[in-house]
Amino acid sequence: MSVDDQMQEGNVAEPSKLAMMADHVRQLLGASVTHCELSKGQIVVRAESDQIAAVVKSLRDDRHAAFNQLSDLTAVDYPERPERFEMVYQFLSMTNNMRLRLLVPVGDGQAVASITDLYSSANWAEREVWDMFGIFFSGHPDLRRLLTDYGFEGHPLRKDFPLTGHVEVRYDDTLRRVVNEPVQLVQEFRDFDFLSPWEGMQVQIDAGDEKSSGKSGE
Amino acid sequence: MAEMQIKPITMNFGPQHPAAHGVLRLVLEMDGEIIERADPHVGLLHRGTEKLIEHKTYLQALPYFDRLDYVSPMNQEHAWALSIEKALGIDVPRRAQFIRVMYCEIGRILNHILNLTTFAIDVGAMTPLLWGFEEREELMGFYERACGARLHAAYFRPGGVHQDLPDGLLDELGDWVKTFPAFIDDLETLLTNNRIFKQRTVDIGIISKDDALDFGMTGPCLRGSGVAWDLRKTQPYDVYSEMDFDIPVGKTGDCYARYLVRVEEMRQSLRIIEQCIAEMPAGPVLAENNKVTPPSRGEMKNSMEALIHHFKLYTEGFHVPEGEDYTAVEAPKGEFGVYMVSDGSNKPYRCKIRAPGFYFMAAVDHLSRGHMLADSVAIIGSLDIVFGEIDR
Repeated sequence: MSVDDQMQEGNVAEPSKLAMMADHVRQLLGASVTHCELSKGQIVVRAESDQIAAVVKSLRDDRHAAFNQLSDLTAVDYPERPERFEMVYQFLSMTNNMRLRLLVPVGDGQAVASITDLYSSANWAEREVWDMFGIFFSGHPDLRRLLTDYGFEGHPLRKDFPLTGHVEVRYDDTLRRVVNEPVQLVQEFRDFDFLSPWEGMQVQIDAGDEKSSGKSGE
Repeated sequence: MAEMQIKPITMNFGPQHPAAHGVLRLVLEMDGEIIERADPHVGLLHRGTEKLIEHKTYLQALPYFDRLDYVSPMNQEHAWALSIEKALGIDVPRRAQFIRVMYCEIGRILNHILNLTTFAIDVGAMTPLLWGFEEREELMGFYERACGARLHAAYFRPGGVHQDLPDGLLDELGDWVKTFPAFIDDLETLLTNNRIFKQRTVDIGIISKDDALDFGMTGPCLRGSGVAWDLRKTQPYDVYSEMDFDIPVGKTGDCYARYLVRVEEMRQSLRIIEQCIAEMPAGPVLAENNKVTPPSRGEMKNSMEALIHHFKLYTEGFHVPEGEDYTAVEAPKGEFGVYMVSDGSNKPYRCKIRAPGFYFMAAVDHLSRGHMLADSVAIIGSLDIVFGEIDR
């Protein structure tokens, strides 16, 4: 294949093509996905966590879909949901010039099948998710913490982890080494909430002033 | 004689090592001078950017993007600005789009100068660095004149750019564009056919097309392996679709190919800058939508409403409708993506930053196996690694 064939200039997948691909993906994955739609020019697929490996494998190996690159892999924490985390996989198909996002709900403490054997780029991405969210990946060859310090405790990107963290690090002159200590804030942590007074005001205006539309006070 | 199994020597490379390009700790298992396994320990520059962004308004989160890949700050702001614009559905004035594309290409040249010259110093050539940093200084002057900062620009905003270019800047940039090819030629005389440079880079750190895709590589590292993929062409944003430029593609996938791709990309960036200067339209540089962009200073002195808008924007900030989206731009290093989840409030619920360097670093083990210790330095240099974005 020549270089020109590989890359059609400015050929962002048209809406009709995208819809066709969404149909194709729906057929391809069948019952293993719970949801498949188009959102802002990208295909969004939802699946259950026990189907991850199968779904990812068919997305990669299908000749028409050909999602040949895993661009990104991450998670989002929704503490109020029954299944707390949502794994997010971003796939890119270079031949079709399309992106696909796979969303998978995962409960706290539940293990997720690793896709490192399907995409090598998942290796570090899964390590990062393990580090940041504490989601365990079964079958991962080397699931160690990635970004946090040696001996770090907790999973920083969970919503219940405070922004300041739990420990602070400093060099102790007398001990001649770096020590971990509980965080001591010199001033109280400032977290301004600018939302409430204005939202409250809008309700009052709407109730008393017929001239103002619902949009005022935005 | 019975064969003896010798335990490989474990060697520690970095975190304080000039060739580690920042704070990389590489634990190498060596069989003599051959690398058997490389285990990069990253995270020494981890600042929790994603967590911090969750606690800031959309506008306050923007300067964090400068601090990721601090070598090409504006390219990353671009991803964030585009992501917000997409979520809000606002249009950017044409002049702002041209300015953004122009500054992105300046950022690309800034990045490639730094990478190529430090790569050269890693494999033993001192002079390119000294020459290159002079040019970088000149370019950062253009950054400074547009936004007041040499590095941490905070110039691209949702809806355009913060302020218009000062008078005469375009002319001077035009003059600079004419002088810069001479620098690239000089750089090439020093390196491209240099015997030592070629001995250190040719056939070192080869990654095949399939492996490069598998490891999530993007940008010059992917193109060096022969995959013609550039988001500026394939998924154009702003006015890239109107620009006339070529995408250089390597053949061999080794360190030398990545070097050649970057050199040619600098020339192509110059073409884009030239076109931007020639076609720069007049008009506003920020979308006129005071729910998202601030009113002008003068207006604020006379209009109560403008004052309220200004106050609201810089305290509460704007609200982004509920939703999630992945936006990617072609940063100098590769695909820089932002996955933004908004819950309808004034702060992002989650912001995942997809840094190109992160995936290069993950491939270091694959790339350096079976190479000599000194080659690992060339490999790291050719991958264009900046720890600001890897550790985030």
